[in-house]
Amino acid sequence: MKKFDKERVLLAIAAPALALVAAFTVTALVLLATGKEPFNAFGVMFEYGSKADSQVYILNKATTYYLAGLAVAIGFRMNLFNIGVDGQYRLSAFIAAAVGGAMNLPGLVQIPLIILVAMLVGAMWASIAGLLKVYRGVSEVISTIMLNSLATALISYLLVDGRLGVLDPDTNIVSTEPLPESSHFFTIPAGGDLDPVWGFLVVAVLAGLAFWFVLGRTRFGFDLRSVGRSEPAAQASGVGVKRMIVTSMVLSGAMAGLVGMPTVLNDTHQFTADFPLGVGFTGIAVALLGRNHPVGIALGALLWGFLERGANRLEFEGYDKEIVGVMQGVIVLCVVIAYELVRRYGIKRQQQRVGAELAQQAVNLTKREVAQ
Amino acid sequence: MKGTLVRRASKIAVAGIATAALAFSATACGSSSEEGDKDKGIGLAYDVGGRGDHSFNDSAAKGFDKAKKDLKVGGKEMTAKNTDTEADRYQKLADLAEAGYNPVIGVGYAYTPSLAKAAKKYKDTDFAIVDSVVEAKNVASLVSAEQEGSYLAGVAAALKSKTGKVGFIGGTNSALIKKFAAGYVQGVKETNPKATVDVQWVTPGSTDGFGLPDRGKDMAEGMLDKNIDVIYSAAGGSGSGAIEATAKKKGTWSIGVDGDQYYEKGLADYKNSILTSVVKNVDGSVYDFIVSVLKDKKAMTGVQTYDLKQGGVSLSYSGGFLDDIKPKIEEAKKKIIAGDIKVKSTYAG
Repeated sequence: MKKFDKERVLLAIAAPALALVAAFTVTALVLLATGKEPFNAFGVMFEYGSKADSQVYILNKATTYYLAGLAVAIGFRMNLFNIGVDGQYRLSAFIAAAVGGAMNLPGLVQIPLIILVAMLVGAMWASIAGLLKVYRGVSEVISTIMLNSLATALISYLLVDGRLGVLDPDTNIVSTEPLPESSHFFTIPAGGDLDPVWGFLVVAVLAGLAFWFVLGRTRFGFDLRSVGRSEPAAQASGVGVKRMIVTSMVLSGAMAGLVGMPTVLNDTHQFTADFPLGVGFTGIAVALLGRNHPVGIALGALLWGFLERGANRLEFEGYDKEIVGVMQGVIVLCVVIAYELVRRYGIKRQQQRVGAELAQQAVNLTKREVAQ
Repeated sequence: MKGTLVRRASKIAVAGIATAALAFSATACGSSSEEGDKDKGIGLAYDVGGRGDHSFNDSAAKGFDKAKKDLKVGGKEMTAKNTDTEADRYQKLADLAEAGYNPVIGVGYAYTPSLAKAAKKYKDTDFAIVDSVVEAKNVASLVSAEQEGSYLAGVAAALKSKTGKVGFIGGTNSALIKKFAAGYVQGVKETNPKATVDVQWVTPGSTDGFGLPDRGKDMAEGMLDKNIDVIYSAAGGSGSGAIEATAKKKGTWSIGVDGDQYYEKGLADYKNSILTSVVKNVDGSVYDFIVSVLKDKKAMTGVQTYDLKQGGVSLSYSGGFLDDIKPKIEEAKKKIIAGDIKVKSTYAG
């Protein structure tokens, strides 16, 4: 029995190790192909990425990516591919920032209100895709992509001077009304003249705990996962599949609503046209990296933040900054492939072992029979 | 059984990576990524699109290249991405300043907050921002009066149009591009009140619209089908598509932007349909600023408005297509400079 455990640990370490080694090898080859020395590039990234101010940057970026990863993972857990996290978080952040800018209540009331508005908007926007899937059979992949474009159009229609936007004539920037001081989320000082760590990190950790608890420890989570594994089986055991689809889409959207909040509440305190784009897609990669597990997603988010910090530095050092985009893509592919390979290998080993044990039993049996 | 085995396995893996990552990040506390000294030359951070956009960023690059050559200094260029946050933009500027680049220039209004922050921290570095205003002692704000040049384009369009219908294609409906639209529409209307202006955006709400020549061509063809015969594009690379479309229909004109597009090599085949260009002298303002820092040792500060009066924006006469109406354009120009014509800088819609 002891030997069996050791093998399992080895298998478990094999997958991520394999993925990382493969990713670095492929990236090194790409770097060589561009005529650059690869190990220096990795050195630059590690050295720069491990500095104190880089760590603050990585934590802050990872906060956003973690929430995006969770939002995507909720869908993944029940086989729903919510590509619309991107539109959901931008629309939520926009509406929430506009609502927050229009009010001036004490922070204790207003901050939760802003967060609530964001979650509601995200949930409602995502529920459109859920309802379309349940009642009209529209694939959520298609509808959420479409809803991303619609969100962009809606924001650009409303983010205009005189509608929900305010134009600063000096800077040419149109933004929502800035949030009052009272609605600035708390920050955690990082010491020295470093930028502080965003307090929303705490909310992200709580969201991760909630994710783990609801999906892993409640009847609802069990139903959700069982629908993801097999719809007919879930239905047969009395789970309302349609209701579960809409509910998980709504939950995914509500989580997506949180994605823009660290930026709005901790950083910009308003929504402008250059609000970060594409975080929803990063969330897909991060969820894949993290195997839809709350801890795994956290690591994926941190890795992503680290790579981006390094990317900016690589550009400074004269490397093509696209190289990090290549690295990110390669890592995701390698992780997915490595886990699949290791899984198959593990199954094969298990089958062999079971086969061997059965054969042994049969042999023992015949021996006994012969003896008798 | 299989399922739990695999899941258990991945849990252990996750824990393993977690430990490794923590160990890695814990070793590095304390030090900061800031180091370097000395004058290394000019630092320039581009907006999304970067060098090679045939428009705004390229114009800044031109000023940067000229200054590097004339003053024999080095320099470094950085480029923004669509996914960039405040922290990313700040990092670019701070990295440049920290490494000893001086001056440091942010190209585009997206750098407004990050440049303000960087200027506060690096008080000995001279900063400049293009197309926006940052109030600080060590910052020069290089802004242009795009609406004034565009007004003159409107006058030319109204006088040259036979159908009385003219068009405007903007890259996106941002406040900056609306300045172009505002001046143009006003110029058309005040020259020929009966003329109509069709204003369209390539991609409202997204900066993609500055790099889609095929889309610009489609939109221009749509306008030409509606008997519009002069089209002004303030849409970066998308504008070249519009220029191509008007070149294919006889008797129709396009109006270029940012640089004098009559002389642009990539557009040489179409130059006989390029009526004029609204020249925005970003290269000039960037160059002036660099010279003020490195050569005159007296850095420009405050708001530097590049307008008609000062030659920062102008209407080109290349090709001689405007020769017959030149007096009228010069008259409008004089009135704007004298303040008799007030050109609006905001466009509603």
